Amino acid sequence: MGILQGKKVAILGDRDGIPGMAIEECVRTAGADVVFSTTECFV
Amino acid sequence: MNFPVIKGASYGLIQACDMVRYQGTTQTSEMRLNPASEYLAQMPGHLRAFADAVAYPPNQVYIGNLRPRALRDIPSPWYNNPIPNASAQGTYGAILPQEDFLGLMKAVDKFDLVLLEESFQNAAAERLAANAAVSGWKALAALQKGQAEAAQIEALVQEHKAEPLYNGGKLVGCVKKAHDFDAALSEHVMFENLVAKASAAFALALLLQKTGLAAEEVDYIIECSEEACGDMNQRGGGNFAKSIGEICECLNATGSDMRSFCAGPAHAMVTASALVQAGIYKNVVVLAGGASAKLGMNGKDHVKKGLPILEDMLGAFAVHIGENDGVSPIIRTDAVGRHRIGSGASPQAVMQAIVAEPLNRVQLRISDVDCFSAEMQNPEITEPAGAGDVPLANYKMIAALGVMCKDFEKSELAAVVDRIGMPGFAPTQGHIPSGVPFLGHCRDMILEGALNRVMIIGKGSLFLGRLTNLFDGVSFVVERNPGKADEPAQEATSNEAVRSAMAEAFSSLAASLRAQ
Repeated sequence: MGILQGKKVAILGDRDGIPGMAIEECVRTAGADVVFSTTECFV
Repeated sequence: MNFPVIKGASYGLIQACDMVRYQGTTQTSEMRLNPASEYLAQMPGHLRAFADAVAYPPNQVYIGNLRPRALRDIPSPWYNNPIPNASAQGTYGAILPQEDFLGLMKAVDKFDLVLLEESFQNAAAERLAANAAVSGWKALAALQKGQAEAAQIEALVQEHKAEPLYNGGKLVGCVKKAHDFDAALSEHVMFENLVAKASAAFALALLLQKTGLAAEEVDYIIECSEEACGDMNQRGGGNFAKSIGEICECLNATGSDMRSFCAGPAHAMVTASALVQAGIYKNVVVLAGGASAKLGMNGKDHVKKGLPILEDMLGAFAVHIGENDGVSPIIRTDAVGRHRIGSGASPQAVMQAIVAEPLNRVQLRISDVDCFSAEMQNPEITEPAGAGDVPLANYKMIAALGVMCKDFEKSELAAVVDRIGMPGFAPTQGHIPSGVPFLGHCRDMILEGALNRVMIIGKGSLFLGRLTNLFDGVSFVVERNPGKADEPAQEATSNEAVRSAMAEAFSSLAASLRAQ
């Protein structure tokens, strides 16, 4: 079982790094429950 | 194909210390939420002098006095290693002090919204009359009248009827609201829009001055900043472009505004190229002015870490796209990259869509591109704020994609990043760093033979508008001109070519028959 299985996850993505939507896809496949996800622009 | 070419580019910077304090959103938000904050008390002590902004190495690169890779030889931090005897005049542009820029704002204001205190206005008028880029503007006549008294300005600001204009901490003018209650024409919106208009007009004036393009030759202007003009019935309806062309007397031009957050300039370049290649317009100018809201955006981190406020610069640029002259670098309109709605958000998917796909389409590999210009934010500004080195992050992703595409060996990764990249040098003004700051250098380096092919990349954070979670990315390839412009009319080409080929064939047949 993955470490994220059944865990609630809040995601802060970066446009020039890993965007929130991409992280969401990954953690969902690991069984996480995404409770918040956003992508920020730091420039 | 008869590709359009980059005929010239200009770059303007304006140091605007008082706008950092009074109009940058980081500072205005702090004033609203925490007016007694330590940051607001300390920040003025971190503002730098105009001479320091001029001698700051990235600013010298932006206006064309240094090549971007020259920054690799200047020890970090660059703010502690100024360029000796640096000039505010550059190969591609110039750096303007705030006191001159406030005069430009008054000059470009067509609705008597900008008031300047009498002595300040008269001094600005004198300096601008001696500024070669703008001295010919008929609009400068606005500085010969309507001088205001300090008390009048003070009253308007106190009554919340006008946005204050400070210089050196002193109230020297204001921008009045353009309507009693229309929020789209408020004093603050009018201030931001006049900043964008005046700085873009300055960049256009520099383009005309530096490249020899005549104002009357300009057919179309695409403005691609991140501001919005219009009233409450069409907020953001436009049009900045024609208002800017009017100032520079581009009497034969029309124009429109194009928006996609920071990716706006890349979209505008592609559109301008298409308009020229299609023969609709011969000379198109893509331009944008600066964003006062972003001044001092990362100021809290800079002050906390003892840095100067490096985000004190408004940026502006203008690029001339024209018909193929057989010399200037071409824009490969057959190799335009785009992040599609369905491309996906992972870094690999993004780079695949923006970089690999367009190159593959024209049988090129990532290794065929000498240099990439992607999001050229100055890392000295972004790293202390925890946002990392944005250009470097992009280069690493491009190089990694190149390894996946088997263009490079994995062991070459670091060397490739070094080879295809350059340090970021543009102010963090959103759309300003987005690929286009390199176009001036790129044009000259291709003409000098130092580069053969360059990819320009612009990215935009569409999610900031809260209408979609998507972001955006557009790329285009600039390449050495093969030296011969194709015939524009396909029919004429084929008729003539067929006639000539047939004549040659008959003559060679006759010769061979004679020989027999």
